[in-house]
Amino acid sequence: MTESTKRAPAAGRRVALLATCLVDLFRPTVAFAAVKLLEDAGCHVEVPVQTCCGQPAFNSGDRADARALAEQLIAAFEGCDYVVGPSGSCIGMLRHYPELFEAGSAWQVRAAALADKSYELLAFLVDVCGVEQVDAHYAGCVTYHDSCSGLRELGVKAQPRKLLASVSGLQLKEMEEAEICCGFGGTFCIKYPEISNRMVSDKCASIVASGADTLLAGDLGCLLNIAGKLKREGSTIRVRHVAEVLAGVADEPAIGDGE
Amino acid sequence: MQLTSPDFPRNAAHALHDAALQRALGNLKAGFPGKRAAAVARLPEFEALRDLGRDLKNHIIEHLDYYLEQFEASVQRQGGQVHWARDAEEARAIILGICQRAGAKTVTKGKSMVSEEIGLNEHLAAHGIEPIETDLGEYIIQLRGEHPSHIIAPAIHVNLDQVSDAFHQHHQQYGKHERQTEPRALMNEAREILRDKFLRADVGITGANFCIAETGQTVIVTNEGNGDLTQLLPRVHIAITSIEKVVPTLEDAATFIRLLARSATGQEISVYTTFSAGGRRAEDLDGPEEFHVVLLDNGRSQMVGGEQQDMLRCIRCSACMNHCPVYGAIGGHAYGWVYPGPMGSVLTPQLVGIEHAAHLPNASTFCGRCESVCPVRIPLPRLLRNWRAREFERHLTPQGYRFGLRAWAWLTRRPALYCGLTRLGARLLRWLGGRSRRIRSLPLAGGWSAWRDMPAPQGRTFQALWAERQRAAGMEGKR
Amino acid sequence: MSGSRELILGNIRKGLRRGALSGDALADCAERLAAPRPNLIPARAAALDHAGQLALFVQMASEAAALVHRVEAAAEVPALVAGIVDAAALPRQLVCAPAAAIAGLDWQGAGLQAQARAARQGDRVSVTPAFAGIAETGTLMLLSGAHSPTSLNFLPDLHIVVLSATRVLASYEEAFALWRRESAGEVPRTINLITGPSRSADIEQKLQMGAHGPIQLHIVLLGA
Repeated sequence: MTESTKRAPAAGRRVALLATCLVDLFRPTVAFAAVKLLEDAGCHVEVPVQTCCGQPAFNSGDRADARALAEQLIAAFEGCDYVVGPSGSCIGMLRHYPELFEAGSAWQVRAAALADKSYELLAFLVDVCGVEQVDAHYAGCVTYHDSCSGLRELGVKAQPRKLLASVSGLQLKEMEEAEICCGFGGTFCIKYPEISNRMVSDKCASIVASGADTLLAGDLGCLLNIAGKLKREGSTIRVRHVAEVLAGVADEPAIGDGE
Repeated sequence: MQLTSPDFPRNAAHALHDAALQRALGNLKAGFPGKRAAAVARLPEFEALRDLGRDLKNHIIEHLDYYLEQFEASVQRQGGQVHWARDAEEARAIILGICQRAGAKTVTKGKSMVSEEIGLNEHLAAHGIEPIETDLGEYIIQLRGEHPSHIIAPAIHVNLDQVSDAFHQHHQQYGKHERQTEPRALMNEAREILRDKFLRADVGITGANFCIAETGQTVIVTNEGNGDLTQLLPRVHIAITSIEKVVPTLEDAATFIRLLARSATGQEISVYTTFSAGGRRAEDLDGPEEFHVVLLDNGRSQMVGGEQQDMLRCIRCSACMNHCPVYGAIGGHAYGWVYPGPMGSVLTPQLVGIEHAAHLPNASTFCGRCESVCPVRIPLPRLLRNWRAREFERHLTPQGYRFGLRAWAWLTRRPALYCGLTRLGARLLRWLGGRSRRIRSLPLAGGWSAWRDMPAPQGRTFQALWAERQRAAGMEGKR
Repeated sequence: MSGSRELILGNIRKGLRRGALSGDALADCAERLAAPRPNLIPARAAALDHAGQLALFVQMASEAAALVHRVEAAAEVPALVAGIVDAAALPRQLVCAPAAAIAGLDWQGAGLQAQARAARQGDRVSVTPAFAGIAETGTLMLLSGAHSPTSLNFLPDLHIVVLSATRVLASYEEAFALWRRESAGEVPRTINLITGPSRSADIEQKLQMGAHGPIQLHIVLLGA
């Protein structure tokens, strides 16, 4: 990873944005926030036509469809210097691409090349672009949920906290068990809804106990799950993707909040 | 034991509504992870030891045939006997045979998950031999007619009141008529009753955490000392274990000992780590006369060289289940067989057949916390995913789910159609959300909306908005 | 039964895509067994001098709830033991290991009735020697034999272990190496590594001392 960093300094480099299918459908604000943050860091952002990274198929054991979707995404994105997305989960999937292909095959070489230049948004901003601070204001007390794939597959932990510390007006209150899964798990929440419900209930209890008025995280899947639960419970805690706050575009209603 | 893994969803629902179990699981979540973290923090070399543990186990598996043969030769050199069992049935027959030759009426048992795996207690009882579990947790659940719900804390699901009830009911026969309610008093009562059982038993059966090829020793790791009394006092000691437990030398065992207790209970080392070789020596004043080791395969040898080989590294510490949010929500019994949690969800399909355990590999969010604490770095999510691939190939994935998945894949491979449909979908869902921007009931996703609202989309897809922005920028550029 | 042995070994070899181990691989594995070498040993104890290791041993054993006493000379042991027995309000009787260093002490002089034998039901106090102490975790290493029956380590309520300070070593590996040097390949029936008294948390995860083995573990550090 460090070598590609040296080969291609971030400023002026072409970044292909993987908006992710959930952001594309549910919350374009997150993708525009990502674009702003990347452009502020001196990147040129492109948005190749995209559908899904193939993770649902991969995690369901459907290797053939996962492979086909991987090939589609590789072909669409590999021309850029970097692939960046506001999701640890989807970028984590891109990092898995090489294991879908036969060792030494041409596709595996391309998959490995793509995996090597794929980054979760905040890790890219901090670790590759060297961003130290953002120019944003947020009046609120936030707590941060560490989404599993970003945390454990990509090592996203310090980067969001570093950037949030530079947002004026923002106070970060850590919750207990910030690293415990919220129970979303892609198709898990559909296959085992009762277990998933218990997990998200526990997560919401931690969030409420933190005393924060806003929950932030880096993956829209987790955010939809947590917001859906908080709102069903009647909570007034606002739920946002961390990029919205960092980009200063938190004027849209929060996730699951009415007009 | 009876396999109920096919009923996993029902088991799980039952567990989620069991208030006593939920309290017990709260104790587990509040206890083990913090203790492990503290122990790990005290040993700067811990991460390096995990690497070493992984590499050492890989070396052993790659030379497993050799180390097993050397272990056998070493046991024989120390005057013990090794018995090879290809499956549970053969292991039961071997142990029953040894017990019958010893004229055994009662056998005491140290804690052994392999013994659970082969259903030993039921088999001995059916042949008129009384098995007595002596680990306090195992003893409690034996009285209650249950099986372990955790591999190192077998009675983690039982609360104090239930222990009181079980002892009150079963200890009357020993003249214990008072119902004890304090943990200390309950333990003392069990200590007294089991002490007599230790002294009377004809055969003692323990498991083995490690088998040392160099010396022919089996090793047990305990905190209570019950395993030691089990193997020390009766005339015959049988150690039942599985083939992947062999390690080359004492030094190699030391590496795993440093990993095991810290990962399990957060102790620096368990209270008793005991190395046993052969029967009592001619001049010894105590110890068993006979020493038998039963090496169980039960499908493990077929994992060597295959995609699930990494699972053979497991040292049964329980860190994966202690840190698993799914295990923490439902406990061990819901998994429906001997080994619960992430390690069980990989191992059970191997041992009972994936067609009987199809739910288990799916009962994970792939949060990866298990892998992050595994002392021998088993990539548990990857191994679970491998099982899902086998299920998909063999059409064990539920039909409706499979259809939905394939339809989604079909659509996502047609970007133009996909983008068109998602534009419509975004508008439709936005409309459904109304002014609250939330959807309270979703067709096809009832499992979601039973407990959660679905936040509505903002109304336009990002790609549509981006294309607009690009067109606008393009026109601006021309002007 | 031998059929299963061949079947299991055959499956393993099939999985590894080879026959029985041979050549360099065989020589490497045989060497590993013939000349065992330590893997990674934590610096915690290994980096200390002997005085530091002794202090660490005491600290770690105490953390594991062992009670550590220090005496200058073996002759002081019986009086110390008498004090321990009195403090526990037990009869002044004990069963001790037949090892000369223990059985040969002047127990009577301290008002104690000592029998050198294996333990029986009803014995309350035992005194045994230790082969070594391991500073890293405050662990005792005890070897079985006619000189030190294993039952003494488990049946009595109160186990008192006499350990020479010179035999406190840094690590398990050092203790194993010392054992190999002194035993000339004779493996005892039992080697016990003991760290603190017996305990269980099986009732509601609440830790209680004295589950099946000794309720108290005393370590008498000799010449420290």
